[in-house]
Amino acid sequence: MRKFVLGAALALTLGAGTAFAAEAPKPPAQAWSFNGVFGTFDRAALRRGLQVYTEVCAACHSLGLVYYRHLQSIGFSEEEIKAVAREFEVEDGPNDDGEMFTRPAKPTDPFASPFPNDQAARAANAGAFPPDLSVMTKARKGGEDYLHAVLVGYRDEAPAGVEVMEGLFFNEYFPGHQIAMPPPLADDAVEYADGTKATVQQMSMDVTTFLAWAAEPTMEDRKRLGIKTLLFLLVLTAMLYALKRKVWSDVH
Amino acid sequence: MTDAPTAAAGAPHEGETRRDFLLIATSVVGAVGTALAVWPLIDQMNPAADVLALSSTEVDLSPIEVGQSITVVWRGKPVFIRRRTAKEITRAKADDTSDLPDPQADADRVQKPEWLILVGVCTHLGCIPLGQRTTEPRGDFGGWFCPCHGSHYDTSGRIRKGPAPENLAVPKYVFVTDTKIKIG
Amino acid sequence: MTSPTWNNPVVKWIEYRLPVFSFTQEHLIDYPTPKNLNYWWNFGSLAGITLTIMIVTGIVLAMHYTPHVDYAFESVERIMRDVNYGWLIRYVHMNGGSMFFAVVYIHIFRGLYYGSYKAPREMLWIIGIIILLTMMATAFLGYVLPWGQMSFWAATVITNMFSAFPLIGEPIVSWLWGGFSVDNPTLNRFFSLHYLLPFVIFGLVFVHLWALHVHHSNNPLGIDTKGPQDILPFHPYYTIKDLFGLGVFMLVFLGFVFFAPNFFVEPDNYIKANPMQTPTHIVPEWYLTPFYAILRAITFDIWFIPAKLIGVMAMFGSVLILVLVPWLDTSKVRSARYRPIYKQVYWFFVIDCIVLGWVGFNSPDAMFMGAVSFLRIGQVATAYYFLHLLVVMPVLGKLERPRSPPESISAAVTKETDTVTEAA
Repeated sequence: MRKFVLGAALALTLGAGTAFAAEAPKPPAQAWSFNGVFGTFDRAALRRGLQVYTEVCAACHSLGLVYYRHLQSIGFSEEEIKAVAREFEVEDGPNDDGEMFTRPAKPTDPFASPFPNDQAARAANAGAFPPDLSVMTKARKGGEDYLHAVLVGYRDEAPAGVEVMEGLFFNEYFPGHQIAMPPPLADDAVEYADGTKATVQQMSMDVTTFLAWAAEPTMEDRKRLGIKTLLFLLVLTAMLYALKRKVWSDVH
Repeated sequence: MTDAPTAAAGAPHEGETRRDFLLIATSVVGAVGTALAVWPLIDQMNPAADVLALSSTEVDLSPIEVGQSITVVWRGKPVFIRRRTAKEITRAKADDTSDLPDPQADADRVQKPEWLILVGVCTHLGCIPLGQRTTEPRGDFGGWFCPCHGSHYDTSGRIRKGPAPENLAVPKYVFVTDTKIKIG
Repeated sequence: MTSPTWNNPVVKWIEYRLPVFSFTQEHLIDYPTPKNLNYWWNFGSLAGITLTIMIVTGIVLAMHYTPHVDYAFESVERIMRDVNYGWLIRYVHMNGGSMFFAVVYIHIFRGLYYGSYKAPREMLWIIGIIILLTMMATAFLGYVLPWGQMSFWAATVITNMFSAFPLIGEPIVSWLWGGFSVDNPTLNRFFSLHYLLPFVIFGLVFVHLWALHVHHSNNPLGIDTKGPQDILPFHPYYTIKDLFGLGVFMLVFLGFVFFAPNFFVEPDNYIKANPMQTPTHIVPEWYLTPFYAILRAITFDIWFIPAKLIGVMAMFGSVLILVLVPWLDTSKVRSARYRPIYKQVYWFFVIDCIVLGWVGFNSPDAMFMGAVSFLRIGQVATAYYFLHLLVVMPVLGKLERPRSPPESISAAVTKETDTVTEAA
């Protein structure tokens, strides 16, 4: 009983909801395009993922650490970035009359938040705070596998013996199994520009790829530089070893 | 580093050249590696991506009256925008033929004669010249006067007297509409 | 070593006024080093280099970091996203903390095995322990700066430990906080101190080296050097060996930085600090988990002393007790190589410390293999930790009959190179 209450309380305040390790099954590993030493973000998946974020997630979740201009690093042109930004309204000001005003977002703005503040976000979501998604894949145990598992982990009916509280939803992979977020994805919830069929599975993989990029936009640079650096260091270390042997040869 | 072990057991001779070569090669590779490793530590002080992204500013000119000046911030520096009077324009043009320390025609410094747009930083040592308000001293040539070391600029922002070596810089700008400019 | 003469007039001029050249010659080039040091002796220089890397990257990060509760988390992410190579510098600094402790722990356990703390090197050892304490403080302060959930709750939990002390506890805690909870004043002063302490460590390292250079390095045999046949000049023998070791170390270090940069981090620290909600599972960084396990092992009052206070004292005591190790070890022989029983028991102690670290990661209520709680394991491991240092070491030193070490290093090296693999 105590665990049940704890789980429910956790689900309610999933603002900073953390892994309740004992409860949820380990999310299955997916074959992400960015896995491994040479992995890079699938550009088409990123574009689709941005579309899913914009059309679905952005209704509740902010992405405040990502700026529209950052899209440039994954191949968006300046015009495309302006077009993405224009879809969002941001508050600016004060103007010369001392008034705040709204205007379409610019590339130099961070992704616009759907709510003016945390309290408003909570109020609009029956007390549950939809967390910012900027570093979400790094902020949960299991990372992108977990995110995907939760997005596709909704079940229409809870298993026998599990009672789901009013206003919560059963999710196989969410710690405590009761999540305040309604199932966000349904087949054909978006119409992909590139004609890909928008299944829940597809959208989930795409948006998770996008969020993995959002959490670490420098990942590709990191891996590229890493390979070069380690190869260089390997050569240098081998040379140092040879020199060490040579220097010490007269001691042994 | 080449005078290796003398204190210890006598170095054998046959390995000597190979060690020297190895030593030089390793030192070179090591030095290159160190130099490459230092670059990120230097480059981090260069303007970051967010700073570079904010390098243009749009300004609405419609509220500015003839003879009035405004100052806007662009890249953390003041930009002077003066809507010049007919008298000032005439004077600026007339001075094209004067003895100028940094010769430049007024026509080359403006896109529309009425609008003079300048980076408001004295080319001497970076102070901000006075003269934006009509109550401030504008120097001997009716433009701007830098209080730090007494540089006088004319109605085209050209240096006329004092230690500054160059005219006030004209930033890159375009007229987006008749009454709106984009600086940068 | 022959004292060099300088012919270059500029060198001569400087040398007469500030003898940097003869100092370098004496302490970095000619410095007499036992010829039989093995690779475990590399970790001292690695620690020095890691400290330098931490200071350099730290100074750079401070150029971009904002120590304010509203901006700290965001400023760190700005470093990761917008600052040129910011992600690299931050990941080096972040993983560097773990690397620094790994290197220093190996360095300490090496000293423990070969009896490097014994006369006349007690001061060397004690300064080392002070360095360790300062490092722990620095690491803790630094962990708070990104202002994630773990940062915030680590700061709260650790500062609250001081409340265990009767009467002075509460005033100390609010003095540390500069308020009534961990908040902006706390973050500000932690940043200031986190910037200061590495330079204190740097100074302590200098003193540590000073003490080292008085009686020179110990060695795997634990016997004193007898003459020139036992020693080598530091350069080129140990400079090249240290550089090779550095290469291997950097491969591991940068392997983490480039390909598993968040390996040592709890995901919760990528959630911005929220003073209204504690993460379900708080753990310190791995290098502090053994001490965390000791803190939590004490769940019972002793006489009138509350458990909380004993836990705190046990935790601080577990580090401070190391200062006494030179006297707790009563054996006449330095190196464990010639102490057949201690050699076994030593590894028991190493395993005990690893167990403590592992326990510190787990919730005390959790059961290991469904049979025994981590609390119980932690209590047994804590008991052995103190038992080992306070009882086993002194008693064993008296009872054990050591093998007699060789006469000299040069004699041993010629005899043992075939059999002893650890000798380089």
